[in-house]
Amino acid sequence: MTNLAVKQSAVVTKPKPADRSRKINPLNGVAHVSLFLWALATAGPLIWVVLASFKNNTEIFLGKPFALPESFSFKTYADAWSEAHIGQYFLNSVFVVAVSTAGTMLLGSMAAYVLARYKFPGNRAIYYLFVSGLAFPTFMALAPLFGIVQSLGLLNTFTGLILVYIAYSLSFTVFFLVAFFKTLPHEIDEAALVDGAGHLRRFFQIMMPMAKSGLISITIFNIVGQWNQYLLPVVIMQGAGADSKWVLTQGIANISTSAGYHAEWSTLFAALTLSILPMIVVYAIFQRQIQAGLTAGAVK
Amino acid sequence: MRHGKYPFIIGFLVVPLALYLVFVVGAYVQMFQLSLTDWSGYGGFTYIGLENFQKLWDDPVFWIALRHNVYLLIAMPIITIAMALFFAFLLNSGGRKAGGVWGSKVYRVIFFFPQLLALAIVAVIFGRVFGSDKSGMINGLLPESWTPWLFLADEQWALTCILVVLVWQAVGFYVVLFSAGMGSIAEEIYEAAALDGATKVTLFFKITLPLLWDTLQVAWVYLGIAAFDAFALVNIMSVNHGGPDNSTQVLSMQIYLNAFQNSQAGYASALGVVLFFLTLTFAALTLRVTRRDAVQA
Repeated sequence: MTNLAVKQSAVVTKPKPADRSRKINPLNGVAHVSLFLWALATAGPLIWVVLASFKNNTEIFLGKPFALPESFSFKTYADAWSEAHIGQYFLNSVFVVAVSTAGTMLLGSMAAYVLARYKFPGNRAIYYLFVSGLAFPTFMALAPLFGIVQSLGLLNTFTGLILVYIAYSLSFTVFFLVAFFKTLPHEIDEAALVDGAGHLRRFFQIMMPMAKSGLISITIFNIVGQWNQYLLPVVIMQGAGADSKWVLTQGIANISTSAGYHAEWSTLFAALTLSILPMIVVYAIFQRQIQAGLTAGAVK
Repeated sequence: MRHGKYPFIIGFLVVPLALYLVFVVGAYVQMFQLSLTDWSGYGGFTYIGLENFQKLWDDPVFWIALRHNVYLLIAMPIITIAMALFFAFLLNSGGRKAGGVWGSKVYRVIFFFPQLLALAIVAVIFGRVFGSDKSGMINGLLPESWTPWLFLADEQWALTCILVVLVWQAVGFYVVLFSAGMGSIAEEIYEAAALDGATKVTLFFKITLPLLWDTLQVAWVYLGIAAFDAFALVNIMSVNHGGPDNSTQVLSMQIYLNAFQNSQAGYASALGVVLFFLTLTFAALTLRVTRRDAVQA
């Protein structure tokens, strides 16, 4: 997991003696061309979105996607932020994801710790109950989920959305952290027990700090996953007055469908840029941790 | 010694377990109950036996959606894994002896980025990239004289466009994943084989691929899950929620439409039940075939 990434960079940076492979490499030419083309295919649409966000409708319909806009005005951004409510949706997303990731981490690590380090009847059954959630896609039980949230009176509330996010994030979080807590050494734990530390104290003061790297990985995983969620908010945040509580994905998807009628394309592109930019900034800063964190679950 | 063990265990498990039981397990259990009813999504319902399942069997749209899901389930992982392996190989061993391909770090950063964007946002972007007039990015790039391509409005190509977007978003993640796997393969093995005169291609098929097998299996499962859903893409990109003429219809869209648009939540639950058993069968088969690692991985 995290140490894999470290190992890997160690291999890459190790200075290699220039040996026989000097002579050829037709492959290198192919390599550069194909890598460059895919980089272009990846970055192209994003650059195009940013450029288009400064253009007016006429310029967008001119059919020169990568031409520079006539002028760089931020009016479209102001429109997107306030009139199309992107600012509101953005803050809603931040709030929901902050609370539900914190909740997921707290509840998930509590459950995982108990399941990983304590013997009690029903331990395996509960573990498998959590893990079985991994096998079934969320969309399957949409209708009953809607019914449950509705009967609890939580439809179209942040509380409802947060609780549902936490519940559906627990499977992977518990699965990942149980495996992780099991690998931590027992000696320190036992020494603390002999010294008279209670269960709670051992969890918060010994296990949590020891599990830091695993906790960071799964936190990143949950933040990205919940920030990107679309299906669950669409199901839970609907009905009269719901649009003030929409999250970013929902809000932008809605502008996109209504833009078809009003043809306010530049607002849409500005909204898209506003949702992409923070990700670029965060990614630029935490690039290594993010890559390691997201791939950690897969390369155990 | 184990003073207060059970209160502690119960205290730590009760809240997470309760949330999970109510919202996840509860939803799946109710799905079975509701599949036997005529529930509209609001208010009460009556039991109607297996009528929903009979209707499902006779519903041509269900079969179309199922066929599209199977298509995506096969095509998307194969294409993504093949491309990611290719790029990861180029990045890692392609120029490894010379210290890695020039710019490999930059490529890895760029490729990975789409993974951080919500699929819903990606869908909105590509809805415009595939725009069927000059305002669409691809049509804008084509020469003036060409008739613009219809892309998403064309029954023949709409599903392929969705597939392209799924692949576009996923490839970078697997490049990084496979790179990590390749990085952990000992250099000595390559050097020994290279001394014996093995070519780059032989090295790839005889050493890299077999040693990467576990990672590939994990990738296959992850991609299967991603391809199975595709709700955000179809709901946002496609013409008329799965159109034109159901040419991009998938099962997640069908469940959503029946539950929330057609007020047939009971029928949507029956769809869920069928999928539940299909997934279970598929999972059991996968486990059986790849038993060695998948269970423990």
